[in-house]
Amino acid sequence: MYYREAGRLVKSFASDRRMLPLMEDRWIVIAFLAFMYIVVTATASDYLFSAILIPMMVLGVATLGLNIATGYTGQLSLGTAGFMCFGAFAAFNLVLRLEMYLPFAFFFAGVIAGLVGIVFGLPALRIKGFYLIVSTLAAQFFAEWVFNAYPWFLDNNSSGVVALPPHHYKVFLGQESTPFNAVFWHSYQGRYLITLTITLLLVLACKNMVRSATGRNWMAVRDMDIAANVIGISVAKTKLMAFFISTFYCGVAGAMYAYCYIGNLDFMIFNLRRSFLIMFMVIVGGLGSILGSFLGAIFVYGWPILITRMGDWIFGGGTLDTAFVENNSKIVVGTIIIVLLIREPGGFAALWLTTKKKLRSWPFAN
Amino acid sequence: MAFFLEVLVGGLLSGVMYSLVAIGFVLIYKSSGVFNFAQGTMLLLAALTFVSMTERQVDFKIAFIITLVMMVVLGIIVERTVMRPLANQSLLSLFMATVGLNYFLEGLAQGVWDSAVHGLELGISNDPIFLIDEFPALGLDIIISQFDIAAAVIAGTMILGLTLFFQYTRTGLSLRAVSDDHMAAMAVGIPLNRIWAIVWAVTGVICLIAGLLWGDRVSVSFTLTAAVLKGLPVILIGGLTSIPGAIVGGLIIGASEKLGEIYLAELFGGQGIEHWWAYTTALIFLMIRPTGIFGEKQIERV
Repeated sequence: MYYREAGRLVKSFASDRRMLPLMEDRWIVIAFLAFMYIVVTATASDYLFSAILIPMMVLGVATLGLNIATGYTGQLSLGTAGFMCFGAFAAFNLVLRLEMYLPFAFFFAGVIAGLVGIVFGLPALRIKGFYLIVSTLAAQFFAEWVFNAYPWFLDNNSSGVVALPPHHYKVFLGQESTPFNAVFWHSYQGRYLITLTITLLLVLACKNMVRSATGRNWMAVRDMDIAANVIGISVAKTKLMAFFISTFYCGVAGAMYAYCYIGNLDFMIFNLRRSFLIMFMVIVGGLGSILGSFLGAIFVYGWPILITRMGDWIFGGGTLDTAFVENNSKIVVGTIIIVLLIREPGGFAALWLTTKKKLRSWPFAN
Repeated sequence: MAFFLEVLVGGLLSGVMYSLVAIGFVLIYKSSGVFNFAQGTMLLLAALTFVSMTERQVDFKIAFIITLVMMVVLGIIVERTVMRPLANQSLLSLFMATVGLNYFLEGLAQGVWDSAVHGLELGISNDPIFLIDEFPALGLDIIISQFDIAAAVIAGTMILGLTLFFQYTRTGLSLRAVSDDHMAAMAVGIPLNRIWAIVWAVTGVICLIAGLLWGDRVSVSFTLTAAVLKGLPVILIGGLTSIPGAIVGGLIIGASEKLGEIYLAELFGGQGIEHWWAYTTALIFLMIRPTGIFGEKQIERV
């Protein structure tokens, strides 16, 4: 096949530093983005936007966040949903109290979640390995507790759930309540486009971080922190940096989860089970892989939907009850995790790499 | 003072319930380095199986024996299908595998039985004891739950038994050797797979006992899996490799939880702080001793 690096000589530093050195890869990415931006936006149904595409991208960003901490830096974290919760509430309060424009609120919600992440990451400087999960679990339970105990964060709403009011959405790029704003934010296309763009920016940032000194430091600390220290990497700085970036991603994901996906604010949905679900996405997708984060999110989120749909299709509508689907998808996801760990510890991302390797030498055997 | 003592004793006794869960954790971690997250679900599976059988008019003893056999078989199957193929993998993948196992068993337990809430009555009296009436000599005017004492006695017996088993039997010696160094243990001819199968089977039995006691206390339902979250800070305080640590950690967490609830909750707006308070306590202990009170200190070399 032509799809390989051999014989492609770089002639300038700029081309040597390219993110995607292969022309085919660049074309694939451009074609994929064009498809997502043009074809999907123009043709997809509201159901597809609201129940499939937006949540998958949002969860993919959260998975990417966890992957930065666990996959790239080797710090086990079970508090992902808690950090998402901090992000969602931060965005809500920024919009409510400072009347911030929503995209900026997303950014600063990420920053606030990141600062919280640094606080809960501090014990990582002294505690290692499994003992560290105590800190991130503390973050998870603290988040669930603090937003329950202090209704101030919810604008003193006693019910515990706030439907996000339309005027939160109306500000966009400095314009107050133009028809464009209203149409843009309240159509699924608009929310989809904003989610897609934020996701794209975050992925680009992450890709550039992991292929630069920042990412190499993370991986050095992951592989052996003492050795990393010996070659002059500041382990403390690297770990805290990883926690900050990781929780920044989780915070932005949480804010998008509330504003772009479900449209209300509820601390109950950011529970420990969601943390675990996101960890499954990381395992299934592949530790330390950006593509894997999204593949994992797509699979773990999409599987129960697929089962329900197939059940409806085979047995007629509404025959499979939710408990059956839930138990079934638990069994299947659990089995897949174990089988993947045994057969392919790198997850779906590694499967993709193997395919690519095979494609390179096709039609010859390896 | 009497009130403080009552809270303290109540906390210590409820801490023993946490220790019950923690022992299973420690046993597996000590002998194979696996952090078994499926502990809570194994607890649920055992209790749910037992309850479902007694509800179908199966005799108490027969149901107990059937569940016991099932848990032992389950332990052996888990060793065969999950742990053996993953031998010598990184500790993180082993942990992830048990998380997968957790999901699998969760779906299975609720798929085979149901997800309703079952009551479980073991026949242990739940009446409180007034210590001043029973033992006037102590001069303590406090109330203690009889059930808590029974649970404490069972946990104490189990720990004593396990400690003796580890110290004085040949299998216990092999277990200690394996926990020290897999490779070296295999080199001197200890059958690693058989040892692991034994450990998982014993853990299954511990899960059954803990599951029944917890089930009697809080009823058998999905929330039982949360027991694992109660056990986590306990073993982290005690040290992942120490069985006595599980007891000491349980007592510390139990006492700190109850005392925190009574004396600290006011500071935080009177809302239940016990969920994160246990973890904060654990965090404070870990900041002082990063591998727990009795945990082995890890020496790392480049």
